[in-house]
Amino acid sequence: MHMADALLSPAVGGTLWAASAGTIAYCSSKVRKDIDDSKIPLMGVLGAFIFAAQMINFSIPVTGSSGHLGGGLILTILLGPYAAFLTIASVLVVQALFFADGGLLALGCNIFNLGFFPAFIASPFIYKKIIGNRPTATKISVASVLAAIAGLQMGALSVVLETVSSGISSLPFSTFVAMMLPIHLAIGIVEGLVTASVVSFVYKARPEIMNSALEARPIGNHPVRNIAAVFLAVTVVTGGFVSRFASNNPDGLEWSITKVTGLEELKAPEQGLHVALNALQERIAFLPGYSFRKPDQKTKIEASKPETAPTDQIKQTEQKADDQKNPVATGIAGLVGGTISLGLALLIGYILKRKHRTE
Amino acid sequence: MASIQNAVLDLKNLDLLANGNSAIHRLDARAKVLITLVFILCVVSNNRYELTTLLPFFIFPVVMISLADLPPLFILRKIILLCPFVVAVGIFNPVFDQVILLQIGPLGISGGWISFASILVRSILTVGAAFILVGVTGFTAVCQALERLGMPQVFAVQLLFLYRYIFVLTEESGRASRARELRSCGKKGQGIGSYSSMVGHLLLRTWQRAERIHMAMLARGFTGEFHASRQSRFGASEIRFVLAWSTLFIFLRLQNVSQLLGSLITGLFP
Repeated sequence: MHMADALLSPAVGGTLWAASAGTIAYCSSKVRKDIDDSKIPLMGVLGAFIFAAQMINFSIPVTGSSGHLGGGLILTILLGPYAAFLTIASVLVVQALFFADGGLLALGCNIFNLGFFPAFIASPFIYKKIIGNRPTATKISVASVLAAIAGLQMGALSVVLETVSSGISSLPFSTFVAMMLPIHLAIGIVEGLVTASVVSFVYKARPEIMNSALEARPIGNHPVRNIAAVFLAVTVVTGGFVSRFASNNPDGLEWSITKVTGLEELKAPEQGLHVALNALQERIAFLPGYSFRKPDQKTKIEASKPETAPTDQIKQTEQKADDQKNPVATGIAGLVGGTISLGLALLIGYILKRKHRTE
Repeated sequence: MASIQNAVLDLKNLDLLANGNSAIHRLDARAKVLITLVFILCVVSNNRYELTTLLPFFIFPVVMISLADLPPLFILRKIILLCPFVVAVGIFNPVFDQVILLQIGPLGISGGWISFASILVRSILTVGAAFILVGVTGFTAVCQALERLGMPQVFAVQLLFLYRYIFVLTEESGRASRARELRSCGKKGQGIGSYSSMVGHLLLRTWQRAERIHMAMLARGFTGEFHASRQSRFGASEIRFVLAWSTLFIFLRLQNVSQLLGSLITGLFP
């Protein structure tokens, strides 16, 4: 359930990037201060272990499919929330760079979806509550399954929210939720069972590892509250900042803020970089969007609200008589030009390569 | 079984690309990280129905691949194994969005198909940019660049540690997995029972390895940071690199170059 760059708007991606970066900074300072330095190589090697273990599959009877270990919960059980969050984040960085799981902008979302929920919600509020101070095999199983399900459901829901508020995909919220949550319920059950069996194995073989992890109470009284405060602060700052000039859509973040607060304070700014760039674009562009420049007001509306461009174009389809804005001509021009620019790019690459060889 | 070995081999191949010695490879890693981020932001900030605006952006991956002498087919093959999630989500766009946006003769193309194509192109561009960044920079240098750009040191050390042991542990898990497969002769023994004890053993061995590593590091005077062998600086060529590319990206973002070119051609030859 890795989120991907291609489905993200810069505002949503940037906000979650900042949120994850803030959480990483907070966890780093916690780890540096509070955890003895024998944990540092342990974190690194356990991250590599998760990476390796995810490549091993086991077959699930009857269904014919296979499952593998999910990383978040087992790391939190073994390392505690702060170190686990950093370890999960580092695994996701490697996956983003080497396996194209998601992408670099989506990294923030992925770290948040797959790291924050298991480490700071599912583990302290579900796993630890059930386990108590005296773990038994049954308690470990029940707690792992429930915590894994809860963590994955929250992560899946957050993928849906991120995708819908980015507005690149046309999937309606309800349909997407109805698809994602049941799938991740099944994945969560499998992940929970695997985590339970591995954790029980470790508990039988070396109970002191588990006990030391249980004794290592999260430092500070309310870790979740601190993390949530950091997250909220960063979100508000970057959400306001990024969505004001990195995105030219009246985008989902503002939409959701409006829905949540009932206020419409975050309207597009009257002045600023965004408007200046639009004005510049309007002046230079003789082909804004897919249509020709028109001297009337309509171009202005179109340039400042690209979101409405499709409806404008539908209108244009109806106004075929006006052949200067004929969408057929502009559409074909776009396709031809796109093919040419692609060809040009490849040609430049070829020439550079030839030159490189002959040098 | 083969897939684990292949994945490890792929990882090593991508890692080895960074050992090249082209002008791009020699640039400071921070410049390359920054320009990759600018590129991705310019690509994803496009409207969902933009397709032709995105195509000129291919100039960046193509030029980088040629200048840095990366193997284009290897990169292409890796990009084609696109994140399946993107395709799975994107394919619903044509279902939910059936407004006809483009009419070519009798063929009407709906907004859904245009935005689906746009999602695919975005995906190729952003995923390609990430691969190229690793291919011309190397993971270690990317981490060091991020650290010099403000990433917490603990996290940088964590990333470098993780990366060093990925190769060791994936090979170990590949061997364990192969042994299990050879012994299980088909179906029996592939279930969760043997799996959990195998992964559990792997975990315990990993834990012991971490303890040994820690002692070895203490013996060698580890104080919490890694030292880089090559110190590069952000000089004139880095500034030129970043300025030139980001100007181009912002130009391509604001101007539909495809549209310009196309109307030039279709205007000349109607």
